[in-house]
Amino acid sequence: MSTATTQAAKEHARSQAIAIDGPTPPDGVDRLTFADTVPGGRYTTMVLSRGTRLRLRDVDGNACANILLYRADAPWERLNAADTVKVPWQAYLGVGHPLLSDQGRVLATVVADSSGHHDALCGTTSAKSNAAKYGSGALHSTSPAGRELFTVAAAKNGLEPRDLPPSISFFHGVRVESEGSLMSTGTAGAGAEIDLLIHLPVVVLLANTAHPLDPSRTFDTTALDVLAWDATEELADLPNTEPEYQRAVWNTESTWNSGLKGTR
Amino acid sequence: MTTTLDTIILDQCADARASWSTVVAAGDVLTIIDLHGNQAVDTLVYSAQDHAVRYSASATIAAQRNLFLTTGSILLSDDSTPLMTIVADEVGNHDTVGGACSQESNTLRYGHHTKHQHACVENFLIEGAKWGLGKRDMVSNINFFMNVPVDADGTLGIVDGLSAPGKSLSLRAEIDTLVLVSNCPQINNPCNGFDPTPVRMVVTRS
Repeated sequence: MSTATTQAAKEHARSQAIAIDGPTPPDGVDRLTFADTVPGGRYTTMVLSRGTRLRLRDVDGNACANILLYRADAPWERLNAADTVKVPWQAYLGVGHPLLSDQGRVLATVVADSSGHHDALCGTTSAKSNAAKYGSGALHSTSPAGRELFTVAAAKNGLEPRDLPPSISFFHGVRVESEGSLMSTGTAGAGAEIDLLIHLPVVVLLANTAHPLDPSRTFDTTALDVLAWDATEELADLPNTEPEYQRAVWNTESTWNSGLKGTR
Repeated sequence: MTTTLDTIILDQCADARASWSTVVAAGDVLTIIDLHGNQAVDTLVYSAQDHAVRYSASATIAAQRNLFLTTGSILLSDDSTPLMTIVADEVGNHDTVGGACSQESNTLRYGHHTKHQHACVENFLIEGAKWGLGKRDMVSNINFFMNVPVDADGTLGIVDGLSAPGKSLSLRAEIDTLVLVSNCPQINNPCNGFDPTPVRMVVTRS
């Protein structure tokens, strides 16, 4: 096709568009509010409303969803990995586990999990660590580091590298052995899913890249489906009765009712 | 550890519940002495030249494939730059998973009546402000002398410390580092025996 004139170039560009298949909506969900399939070594970012249910699916069995959450209206409040394991007295993420902000509020709760292979301890990779392991960690290399991907995703939300605290990751498990040593337990295989219920409007940064303790010497990260839909009614039926969680929910609801609600 | 060949650059007390900070020049050694035992010394570390380069608990534990810090542990920044190395440790096990207490997290852990008690994040914010650091710079930290084991089922918690009066650890700066300390004000858990006490901070040059 000719691109010798502006008209021809326009037609050439337009001829490249093709329909793509997004993630399949779950049964009973009429309308997805967000859908993306993130290839291995790439990222996505989105803003989600309170009451959104966010589903992540390890399509082919070797995804690793590294995530960071920020309050959309006050991005200086963000996921705190330390409080996320300390406050619930539990290092391993599962159903009912809150993802806590640094201000004592629940940003999201794990409401379903068919994987059981997650990690809140090791964060993500750096350009240096991926260069040592795979030969490169650069953004457009074949083995992009999580921090490089997060840096770009953050920038698109007005955030800088100094806004990147330790992240948590889904679909690649880690266990603490005796004397504190860490062991990778790998993934749960193709089709595993984890669902998060969002409690306050949040910016989500999501990097699908190999876990720091991934034992493979080659970069094998595979695709991740990201789906979201409205599930506001589920905020009234939360899967955790622990006192620390209940106080976190109280703090969160108090914040929502005292001001944010009116700005929705 | 301090030897007769070393020059003492700085010798100060960080009071109980107080904040403290200094820049440790590359090659110098910071020794923290737990004067009364069981104190929790919450510590943040930054490149003195570029505060955007700062300690990362997750990068550090992933690189050493171990949750606990002790002699030989290299404190890595979030871009994997070595900031400091633990060169001596009389305790054997320091926490970097538990983070710092905050007024807000204390409401979750101990109830809302604790909201207005002292908290480490408050100390970090006031001390960090002296160096131009703000809330976005409050990242993961180390809790020297604090013991946070993880059980087989993932249960973790702050338990009685392993330190004792006079025990110390020493950190060699790999680059010029800004060290921020909150000498943990926490009185609701066993990290400092429910009784915060002073620690001694000594910087030496060989």
